[in-house]
Amino acid sequence: MVLDDPTTRPAQAKTESPWQHDKKKEDMQWIGKPIRKVDARSKVSGLQRFADDLSMPRMLHMKLLRSTHAHAEIVSIDVSKAAALPGVKGILTGKDLPIPFGILPVSQDEHALCPDRVRFVGDPVVAIAATEEEIAWEACRLVDVQYRELQTIGGVHEAAATMEPRLHDYGVRGNIHRLENLEFGDLAAGFAKADHVREDTFFFEGNTHLPMEQHASLAHFDKDGKLTIWSSTQTPHYLHRALARVLHPLPAHHIRVVATPNGGGFGGKSDPFNHEVAAAKMAMLTGRPIKVALTREEVFHCHRGRHPVLMRSKVGVTKTGRILSMDFQAYLDGGAYGSYGTASTFYTGALQTVTYPVENYHFRGARFFTCKAPCGPKRGHGTVQPRFAVEVQLDKIACDLGIDPAQLRLQNLAPRESLTANFLRIGSMGLGTCIQKVVDGSGWKTRRGKKEVTKDGRIRGLGLACSSYLSGAGLPIYWNGLPHSGVQLKLDRSGLVTAFCGSTDIGQGSDSVLGWIVGEVLGIDPLGIKVVTGDTDLTPVDLGSYSSRVTLMTGNAAMQAAERARELISKGVSEKLGVPASRLVFADSRVFDAENPKQGMTFQDAVICTEARFGTIGTVGSYTPPASAAKFRGGGVGPSPSYSYSAAIVEVEVDPETGIYRVPKVWMAHDIGRALNAAVAMGQIEGSVYMGLGEAMMEESAYRDRTHKGNRVFLHKIPSMLEYKSPSVFEMPEVVTYVVEDHDKNGPFGAKEVGQGPLLPMMPAIANAVFDAVGVRVDENPISFEKVFAALQAKKEGKEPRYGPSTGADGVPVVDFGDSLKIKTPWQGGDGTAWNEPKREKKAAK
Amino acid sequence: MLRLPTFTYHRPKTAAEAVAIHKAHGKAAMFVAGGTDLYPNMKRRHQTPTEVISLQDVPGLHSVDVLPDGRVAIGAMVKLSVLEHHPTLKQHYAAFAHAVREISTPLLRNMGTIGGNLLLDTRCTYYDQSHEWRESIDFCMKTGGAICWVAPGSPRCWAVQSSDTVPLVCAMEAQVELVGTSGTRTIAAGELYRDDGIQYLTKQPEELLTRLILPAPRGWKASYLKLRRRDTYDFPVLGVGACVWTDAAGVVTKANIRLGGAGSYAIAATDSEKLLVGKQLTDELIAAAGAAAQKPARTMDNTDLDVYWRRKVAPVYVARALAACK
Amino acid sequence: MTDAKKVLATFQVNGEPHEVAFAPHKTLLEVLREEMNLTGTKHGCELGECGACTVQIDGTPILSCLSLAVDAVGRDVRTVEGLAQGHELTPLQHCMADLGAAQCGYCTPGVLMTAEALLRDNKSPTRDDIKQALAGNLCRCTGYLKIFEAVELAAARMRGETAEPSKESIHGS
Repeated sequence: MVLDDPTTRPAQAKTESPWQHDKKKEDMQWIGKPIRKVDARSKVSGLQRFADDLSMPRMLHMKLLRSTHAHAEIVSIDVSKAAALPGVKGILTGKDLPIPFGILPVSQDEHALCPDRVRFVGDPVVAIAATEEEIAWEACRLVDVQYRELQTIGGVHEAAATMEPRLHDYGVRGNIHRLENLEFGDLAAGFAKADHVREDTFFFEGNTHLPMEQHASLAHFDKDGKLTIWSSTQTPHYLHRALARVLHPLPAHHIRVVATPNGGGFGGKSDPFNHEVAAAKMAMLTGRPIKVALTREEVFHCHRGRHPVLMRSKVGVTKTGRILSMDFQAYLDGGAYGSYGTASTFYTGALQTVTYPVENYHFRGARFFTCKAPCGPKRGHGTVQPRFAVEVQLDKIACDLGIDPAQLRLQNLAPRESLTANFLRIGSMGLGTCIQKVVDGSGWKTRRGKKEVTKDGRIRGLGLACSSYLSGAGLPIYWNGLPHSGVQLKLDRSGLVTAFCGSTDIGQGSDSVLGWIVGEVLGIDPLGIKVVTGDTDLTPVDLGSYSSRVTLMTGNAAMQAAERARELISKGVSEKLGVPASRLVFADSRVFDAENPKQGMTFQDAVICTEARFGTIGTVGSYTPPASAAKFRGGGVGPSPSYSYSAAIVEVEVDPETGIYRVPKVWMAHDIGRALNAAVAMGQIEGSVYMGLGEAMMEESAYRDRTHKGNRVFLHKIPSMLEYKSPSVFEMPEVVTYVVEDHDKNGPFGAKEVGQGPLLPMMPAIANAVFDAVGVRVDENPISFEKVFAALQAKKEGKEPRYGPSTGADGVPVVDFGDSLKIKTPWQGGDGTAWNEPKREKKAAK
Repeated sequence: MLRLPTFTYHRPKTAAEAVAIHKAHGKAAMFVAGGTDLYPNMKRRHQTPTEVISLQDVPGLHSVDVLPDGRVAIGAMVKLSVLEHHPTLKQHYAAFAHAVREISTPLLRNMGTIGGNLLLDTRCTYYDQSHEWRESIDFCMKTGGAICWVAPGSPRCWAVQSSDTVPLVCAMEAQVELVGTSGTRTIAAGELYRDDGIQYLTKQPEELLTRLILPAPRGWKASYLKLRRRDTYDFPVLGVGACVWTDAAGVVTKANIRLGGAGSYAIAATDSEKLLVGKQLTDELIAAAGAAAQKPARTMDNTDLDVYWRRKVAPVYVARALAACK
Repeated sequence: MTDAKKVLATFQVNGEPHEVAFAPHKTLLEVLREEMNLTGTKHGCELGECGACTVQIDGTPILSCLSLAVDAVGRDVRTVEGLAQGHELTPLQHCMADLGAAQCGYCTPGVLMTAEALLRDNKSPTRDDIKQALAGNLCRCTGYLKIFEAVELAAARMRGETAEPSKESIHGS
């Protein structure tokens, strides 16, 4: 991640009209309506072609041989037996792909095949292609890899204490990948003024995306020397860049990446992966199409899921709960590689301030390398773990102060159109409305604290939590001054409008967003619009489906392209209709006079008319987010054109004898600016509730750590659909959803993010509800039955009724964070720079 | 995609033929009924028979029959989904129908059979893993290695009895019918199992389980209570099968409590059973019997959910299972 | 390894005969996807743990990843491709499309094959009936709610009622 100087950034792309964020619902034909997704029919007919559904003549199948050691040097690789197996057509090892890659420019630390060292069980070492998948698998078994074992590093405490061996030769020192230390305002003064101070320690175990579709790719190197790879990726543009780097000297324009529809992503298909790179290289080596389809276990090795994060938070508040100072420490277990980890580290400190004002704020974050599958971005990237801590801690503070937790939040809302202590610009802000909705809907005021007992002896409790999330990251992954999203429209004489965009549909409906917006602006049926996406040969660059950026960024680009098309057509038909262009209306697949609707023509005739006058019709739109107010190093992570808000109340029923609980009902309110499609937005919210529920109740990336006769065994404990527990139909609660539409001027039609935000409050709301029911705190996620039981036991024995990480000095690793970057808050007159930051050289934009 | 290794597939037309094929191939052969246990094991390469003998064409294994003396005989090949909906079973053997319904998922129950469930391979989170995973830790003794990863000092394998029906049919004193090279024999269900994670069955490999025979529905009441993370998919990490015989006065004359998911076989909670005999099933007695079940629950760290917690909640589950027998 | 001798057999899939040569250890999933190019049937684990590969055999939903293809010879196999009649979707497919019950769409074929069998046997399934039936189909996108609603809506329409989705399920409360 290049955390650039925002002063050098170009201004927000200029547009011909405002983003129409104030347009009334009833004035729109398609936006907000529950129309079908553009690909709905193919999805329910089995006709959507995912990556593993593709095949080509002469196609070979590739398998990866992966490390059986958690950390070891590769002494030798003997592939002779494998090569002799009939049907084997190609073998690659690390020496064939010497150039490293990685999603962020600052952590190019991965190889498609490990050249000299393996860093976790599952790290790929050899790739073999054969005529059949079984033969490739069998051939992998015939490879003899000799390893020399190295010390395993299992977690943040171990990593902090181990200077040698280092997992990587870059980073801060030892096995510390990143250290961040940002201080906004005067912490000491805030604590001195506080009426109440409390410090808590939390742990959030890692978990993974578990998309239903296992990653797969098909690579083909054609006779013209051009490479095409169809892959289940959320970020075709970044994969394209990685391939161009690793396959050097193959020029970038000879590489085509086609993102196939993703069978679920959730962030897990956002990195360039070793199997993709190896398949591409293997296609070049063999001259035949290469299919690689991962097993479920290999998907666990790809991981890039939620970081395990140990957190310590000290907060000073006034009697009314206003946060005067927050001192937040986060220790991230990053796994074996960098991935998005630098961004993840900043994100664990970025969004604490956008829900409730934090007057003075200190964030320290450390990310460590360990011998686990690499962590990265999962739905809510990096902000989920601190949100758990903040919302549980606020619940405790409300309890300490004797204030209703809902009231405490309502009286301390971050103001709309404001800057936070860390210079994030809040636009529209509907959190107050969200809280009010769930409080009223759930009967919070009368039902909380009542400890109702169910017929089967379970005790009911209600818990509240809130959150906020980005509508796209303000900065790209790599430093550049280019748009984040581009859309091209082609209009032809058949009346067809085709929208081209590099965005990728991972199930969230981003293809449809293009259709709805273009359809609304041009007054034509979105289902009649052809959408071409995620193809680096055909579509303009869009950075990808991550950080909830697509609706806002692609949407704005689509709107600009559509508005330009409308303007052109207006000019094209104005004379023929004898109506001034400004009076033309586009609706019902017609272009007509607002004052005399009969005076008009069909949309198709309008396109023909325009093409006759101006020639072939094509328009473009692009979007670049507004410049950030944060100018200090690290200020690049957190800014977003707008923030979504959510509030959740969760009802639990706890069995006091066992700690087993169920979640019968959830009330969730989500401020998404505007619902571009009612039904699809609902689906995103319900899906977030589901995934948050899973993370709260059961999901965890657990590792086996055993030592036997001096050998340490360290690997994923449960890499299967059966044993990595995810909620079934029976765990899913009834959900009462409130869609709050606080239009944001930066969003297309006022829309903000939907689909990540409502995941965040689920875990803390459940922890808070368990407390409401049985009076024990679980300061560790997942809030599994055993932990509730352990806390109940502690309570019974007169000990602190809590389960969680040690609150003592030993609770967090000993790390020297060095001096903090000191930044004056906006209310101290700060300008967004750090007053003690050494001058940085400006990096030139490409 | 995980795929099956190659094998020769047999579809014998009689039980005798099935037994003969198995006998001829010895350890290389395995029977398959529904395939829902064997095929995943084969895909993970911890069972790799080269001769797979399907029982689908063997006559006499596909029906549920009420015998003249009131007992019910269930053919080994009857699908679990048939049993869970079977009117006779739902009416007179509600606990059994319930236990069947607790197995895995409806899709799997449409394929899996009662015979397969009774003979379900023991499970362990060090065993039910892919070839690659097990290779990384070095193969355990159940897959040809030397070590039991759950208890590295142990000379034996601690894989876990994980069938939902086994603790219950053992508690109910049901019988199983076996066909071997020298004819047919019937034994108590409880005698079919051994306390060993590898050799968990007492029958000869080529012996074919043909029928499960449930006792006539008179004089006893049974229940099955399952502990697991989710209300579907998951195997039991504790499965309490309880059966209580009472006289006309409501005094317990006999009680069987079997703990599944707590060891390599369905363990008898004998202390709890002894407490019950000769007394009325009061709430106090049930609580005491529950408390006495902690000791036999020999949970190990080789299933889902925390090992100590599973042991601690065993008494609660035993008490609740007994309460359901009232 | 696939040195096993192939067998030639004719399958009845979606009412049409398919003559295919395949090795006897191949699962129905493999033969459908790789020999007949019926890729609508998905796979998420190949161990019977997710339900993505569900197809119907003689009307019963089963896991094609744990079924041998040879055992399906002579039986009536139905896959997601066989649901729509020509261009006309089934009521359940329509309802799934309308409600956004297919987000990424990867579990959808399995869900459809399971739910379709339920609706054949039970004209008025309760929410609990639907949950019981779909208890073997994992979905990571929807939280299942839109799927339940789609099944309920389809059931009502198949009973001849003019049912519409509730306002709450589309627009929220």
